Amino acid sequence: MNHAANGSGIALLDLKGVKKTFRTPDRKERTVLEGVDFRLAEGEIVALLGKSGSGKSTLLRIMAGLIPANGGQVLYRGQPMIGPARGISMVFQSFALFPWLTVQENVELGLEALGVHRDEREDRAKEAIELIGLDGFEGAYPKELSGGMRQRVGFARALVMRPDVMLLDEPFSALDVLTSETLRADLLELWDERRIPTKGILLVSHNIEEAVSMADRILVFSSDPGRVRAEIPVGLPRPRDPESAAFRQIVDEVYGLMTASVRAGAAAAEPMTIGYRIPDAQPGKIASLLETVAEPPFNGRADLPALAEATELPDDSLFHLFEALRALGFARLAAGDIFLTPSGHAFVEAENDQRKQIFAEHLLRSIPLAAHIRRVLDERRGHRAPEDRFLQELQDYLTDDEAERVLEVVISWGRYAELFDYDYNAGMLMLPEDEDDDEEDGEDTPRSAESPRREDVSPPAE
Amino acid sequence: MPLPPTRAIFASPEFRPNAWDAALVPLIFLLLTLLAYGGSQMTTPYDVGTQLPLSLDPANLPYYLLRSALRMAAALACSLLFTLVYATLAAKVKPLEKILIPILDILQSIPILGFLSITVTGFIALFPGNLLGVECAAIFAIFTSQAWNMAFSLYGSLQTVPNDLIEASKVFHLSPWQRFWRLELPWAVPGLVWNTMMSVSGGWFFVVASEAISVSGQNIMLPGVGSYIALAIADKNLGAIGWAILTVLAGILIYDQLMFRPLVAWADKFKFDYMPGEQIPESWLLTLMQRARFFGFLVALPSRLWDRFTGLIPRRREGMFIRLHGPVFTPPAWFDPAWNTVLLAAAGIALVKVALFVHASVGMAEVGRVLLYGLATTLRVSVLIALASVIWVPIGVWIGTRPRIAQNLQAVAQFLAAFPANLMFPVAVMLIVHFHLNVDVWTSPLMILGTQWYILFNVIAGASALPQDLKDAAGTLGLKGWLRWKRFILPAIFPSYITGAITASGGSWNASIVSELVSWGNTQLEAVGLGSYIAKATADGDFPRIALGIAVMCLFVMAFNRLLWRRLYTLAADRLRLS
Repeated sequence: MNHAANGSGIALLDLKGVKKTFRTPDRKERTVLEGVDFRLAEGEIVALLGKSGSGKSTLLRIMAGLIPANGGQVLYRGQPMIGPARGISMVFQSFALFPWLTVQENVELGLEALGVHRDEREDRAKEAIELIGLDGFEGAYPKELSGGMRQRVGFARALVMRPDVMLLDEPFSALDVLTSETLRADLLELWDERRIPTKGILLVSHNIEEAVSMADRILVFSSDPGRVRAEIPVGLPRPRDPESAAFRQIVDEVYGLMTASVRAGAAAAEPMTIGYRIPDAQPGKIASLLETVAEPPFNGRADLPALAEATELPDDSLFHLFEALRALGFARLAAGDIFLTPSGHAFVEAENDQRKQIFAEHLLRSIPLAAHIRRVLDERRGHRAPEDRFLQELQDYLTDDEAERVLEVVISWGRYAELFDYDYNAGMLMLPEDEDDDEEDGEDTPRSAESPRREDVSPPAE
Repeated sequence: MPLPPTRAIFASPEFRPNAWDAALVPLIFLLLTLLAYGGSQMTTPYDVGTQLPLSLDPANLPYYLLRSALRMAAALACSLLFTLVYATLAAKVKPLEKILIPILDILQSIPILGFLSITVTGFIALFPGNLLGVECAAIFAIFTSQAWNMAFSLYGSLQTVPNDLIEASKVFHLSPWQRFWRLELPWAVPGLVWNTMMSVSGGWFFVVASEAISVSGQNIMLPGVGSYIALAIADKNLGAIGWAILTVLAGILIYDQLMFRPLVAWADKFKFDYMPGEQIPESWLLTLMQRARFFGFLVALPSRLWDRFTGLIPRRREGMFIRLHGPVFTPPAWFDPAWNTVLLAAAGIALVKVALFVHASVGMAEVGRVLLYGLATTLRVSVLIALASVIWVPIGVWIGTRPRIAQNLQAVAQFLAAFPANLMFPVAVMLIVHFHLNVDVWTSPLMILGTQWYILFNVIAGASALPQDLKDAAGTLGLKGWLRWKRFILPAIFPSYITGAITASGGSWNASIVSELVSWGNTQLEAVGLGSYIAKATADGDFPRIALGIAVMCLFVMAFNRLLWRRLYTLAADRLRLS
């Protein structure tokens, strides 16, 4: 249950119009967060849901005082945030434990930095360790523990600071389903029985069921730039039964909102540029997801939670796949459902070679980066171009890591479509070999941009 | 906190000495006594020109070993201090990084024995009338064989501290000072310990080479194993050489057992995770220290002081916050280009100065000649590394794929790498003279005598780390003979091989100074090359030629590193990493 409905008074965390930009290597600004409003009141657990790369981790780090916002206002208990605050603790996805310190020493570390006296430190650490169910393991090193136990240390380390606010950065996503469920239940029990002094919890997640089972409120985050797109209150008493109708209904609603944000984001986006953040989806998975949707029981139209269950894919990769299908024009999303388009159906019915051809057509038409790469390769005399060239172009729009990821995905799509090939050792993109052989005799004459091959793959009128 | 009365402490069972203490405490007192005695001998009065008493009586060898080992320890302490300051500055202060790292790169390629000839006069002037000056010169030479490696290791580690741990340290209010001691340094410990061990093993070579110093025609021989050997060579006393070899072996063994075994075993706790199948290093001394009760009591106070020290300088608090952002000093836009210009100008001026100095004192014709010498030595190094690879790679793989043999032989190979190969030079001289061999060809193997082992033990390490599933896969695919080597074994051990070859090549360049000019009694053999050029200039105290020789060698080593090794290393790290 909610601890308190006394949302009056000063909020624990209060963000107004928060903006965050990063600088790309050639000194251009890239906006990660734009106009984010957020309020964490006393007594509530709020979940922040969004696709990976939507800036929700950045927002969490702003609230932790780790990085400053570029615009807007960040207040903790009414005071502007200038760095890590005493009352705010954080739990990390990767646990972030110090491997050379024992469980006890890890838990004591924050108290030590605050100059808490040795005896008090030991007592408080013992208490936190016991609370989180790790007694007996005080002297163990993190590498002796299982993943779930390591994250328990992570929680004990945060709790020993007696925090007002706990920021949880996808704390369960590195754990297996069973372990994460147990840990979640244990945490909620401590919270609901008020055995911890924490007054507010913010959970960043990309797992919809996890968010629905824990939070009092769910905020759905959209990307490019990241902002809060929707808010869903969860009024169910805890512990919640994931099989109950009310629970399923909220899950459905969240799925709908998540995909709606995908669609709205695309609608808002002007004609796509080469800087479009191609979702992380491998062609093989795209094909098998299309097949799943086309086949019974879905027959071309699938309810998203049901599809999630049928494919057993984690929410995050599922959303990337949806986005890929949408961007390529193989499917549309509406009201929490996914529909195949005619070309989506055509793809499923086609044989392997034909599939590649359909994929190639859609890739060239829908993804500007792919078309751009193909054009450059066509125009170049040796039909080869270094990857760095494209990376640099991408870095005008994306961070370095993101640019690399996007290029990697487009290469895998281009390879599947046999539009272009890639030499890992040389770091060169090139036209596929067999096509080069066809051109062998024409090698001496420089080819114009309007080579016949571009007509070969250009889309038929629809 | 107030300590309980002393008597109560000793009566409480917690502090009562146990059996482990009986073994450990005397050992520690013995070490401390030796340290004090050896140290006091280093500062005796001395005037340049007087001959220090030195005898070939083997009974003196333990004492000589003590002196040599102390020099090594002093150099190690200096290297560690240097590393902590230098690498940390380079990693933390961006504008300084641009100077410090290139300097380190250059320093690393300067032949170590070159430092000795240049610095010894300065050190003697620093402590007039005392032996400490000469001691410092020798220690400095050993220091130069260790410090650069170690600094690079720490610098590299500081660059790769995991970001989530940095964030955790900020969220949990650690100050930069606390973060350095609690996070960054521990993170760097495994790499630093490994590098220190490698450096010390290379250091024995220079201990032997740096004790007999010639300054402007004067031969100074510091009491130590190195001088003993120099004397034995001058005396043509083969028996004494044999005793010296045994003594050095004992020294290496003692260092290994009392220092590096415990260190490596201890450093294991700083590693992030166990590799599957990895052996956990053990050390009897560390076990002893961890089990001895009274010893634990003795170190409790220092360890508490250490905690205090690393906990100093907490974060400044402002209300509920620890200020992290806010007005930070960002240098104006012109700062970076201006700073770069200053650095380039300084480098340019220095280059012109050196060129003018060399031109004025030796002439450009000599520069050309020295470059040719450099080519000769390059040829030797390349051919020998290739030869050593052809010999040791198959042997290393054979050993590495047999775990039981590998375990024993790897320690032996590591031991051989530490053994100062210059002890074997007299034997080579006798052989060459006896069989009337070509000096230019047959002195060459001496260069690689000590350094080839790096190739061997790295290959053994690489081969024993070959994953079993890959071996099985190669087996089921029926890979045999050359195909098996080409497609499986060579690519898989390539990263370890490169690591070994880089070390071996660097060591060989250094060794060329002592191996191209070797003597036995009055017989002196000289091969044409850069090493013998520097060695002769050093013997004559001819500073411009020493400088020229060193500069040229530095040039060659850097070119070699940039054009060959670094590329291969990137290739290995990028493309051929297993996992």
